[in-house]
Parts: sequence; structure tokens; C-alpha cells
Amino acid sequence: MLLRAGDLGVLLAGAGLVAALTVFAWSGDRGDTAVIRAAGQVIQTTALTHAQRFSVSGPLGATQIEIEPGRARIARDPSPRQLCVKQGWLTQSGQAALCLPNQVSLEIRGRTPAYDTLGY
Amino acid sequence: MTRLAIELPVTPDDRRIARLAALAIGLTLAEAAIPSPLPGVKPGLANIVILLVLLQYGWRTAAWVSGLRVLGGGILLGSLFAPGFWLSATGAFVSLAVLALARHLPSRHFGPVSLSVLAAFGHIGGQVALAGLWLLPSAALLKLLPLFAAAALIFGAVNGVIVARVLAAPASDRRQSVPCTHP
Repeated sequence: MLLRAGDLGVLLAGAGLVAALTVFAWSGDRGDTAVIRAAGQVIQTTALTHAQRFSVSGPLGATQIEIEPGRARIARDPSPRQLCVKQGWLTQSGQAALCLPNQVSLEIRGRTPAYDTLGY
Repeated sequence: MTRLAIELPVTPDDRRIARLAALAIGLTLAEAAIPSPLPGVKPGLANIVILLVLLQYGWRTAAWVSGLRVLGGGILLGSLFAPGFWLSATGAFVSLAVLALARHLPSRHFGPVSLSVLAAFGHIGGQVALAGLWLLPSAALLKLLPLFAAAALIFGAVNGVIVARVLAAPASDRRQSVPCTHP
């Protein structure tokens, strides 16, 4: 007998893994570019290909931005409520972390922009 | 009179490992001639040998054959200690580790196909992990994951069916049971 009951289970689990990976890697629009703004001006546009760190100064102090392959986040920010830091890693095109008190924003862009324009 | 030739004692086990490793290396070389659209996507024919060895002679022998296969293949393909060699070695190592656990699955329900598929996933998993950490730390590798996983599933299943058929064949058809003759 070539296939036993467990073999079918393993094959199905394998197919499930392949399907899950397909959804994970190919669905949605994973962003490939990070756009960093300070006081409304774009100050840095960088590809999400390798680890980088940026420090952007605003009215309250310095905002640390961390870029890693495929994702980006605000690592540290002087804003009182830390909302943009708590957003964590951004991966999808159109996602943005806004540090309003410090007037710094980080936006992820993909090949096809999710929105024509965003007003904050 | 001093003896000039140093003779190392060779056990039948050593001969068997050498013979099986030669078979696995042969398959590795044959496979290297097959063009592949994506580096890393290969049928993994040598894994048929590794799996047969595992099921017939146990994990220790399989680990020896696998290690010699990676080393011998690296020497013959000219990729010894090159990145491709390390990818191959990591894949073989993870696949053996997976097999060490998977062979304890109840054999009434889990046959060679299960072991082969799990080993194939271990193989590509180890390679992709090393490639991601060391060679290509970028998001591009992520996009290829589904292709790698699908290849592992298909080739793992096919290899597993081949192993199951070889094991099911009458013993007289099997070259492996022919004793090794010493010249």
C-alpha cells in the first residue's frame, strides 16, 4: 500500500501550508518603499530592502525610524501618547504611522498606491 | 621489515555506507545536470537513497550517507565550501533532524510518503532560513516561499511514492541486498 491514512494527512497539511504561504506572501500589496515626512515635507524616501535607521527632528525632539527588509516602524518618539510607536511594524502599502505632536509621519508605499491622496 | 601500507580495518558497515553514499552522490550529479528555473528547486533524487537507508539501516547510517553525499557532491561539483555547499549542508542537516523525529511516527499510519514530504519541507526550510539570514536578507525571498513549498510538497510526495514502491518490490529485485565483493 503506497499511501496510508497519515500520509494523506501529511499531504493535506503540506497543501495547507503551501496555500497559507501563498496567501501570506502574494496577497495584499506588501509595500516596498517607506516615505518619511517632517512638517509636511518629504525628507526621505527609501526602499524596504535592508536595515536602516533614521533620526528625524521635530518640534518636540528626535523621532527614530527603523527600516528592515519588508517593514518599517517608528522605534522611538517624544510624543506624549506614543500612538505612532504603538502601531508597531508597518508592512502593507498604504499603512502609515503618524506622530502628530512631533509632526513626523512614516508611510509605506507599494507598486500600486492604495490611495490617491491622504489628508492628515 | 617495516610495513609500508597502513591498513585501516574496514567493517561491512563502512562498505555499505560507502556504497550507498556513492549511489546518492551519483544521483546528486545527475540532478545537477537538470536545468532548474529557480535555484533551490530540485527533485532531490538523493533523498530517495537517504530515505531507503533510514528505513532499512536506521538513522545513524542515513546521517553518514547524507553527510558523505553533501561532501562528495560538493567536491565533484566544484562547490565545496561555496554558498551552495552550505545551503545544501544546512538543508541536509535540517532534513535529517526532521527525520530523526518523524521516524518515531506510528508506521501503521505514516508511510515513506509522510517521511519524504516532511524531509523535503525540512530541506527547503533549512535552505531558505540560511539564505534569508545570510545570503539574501531581503523581502524578495518571501515572495518565493510559496514556490519553494509547493516544489517540496510535489517532489517530496513523488520521492516518497518511489521509496514505497522500492520497499514493496521483492527483495531479489533490489541491488542493495547484493553483498559487496572485495576485489
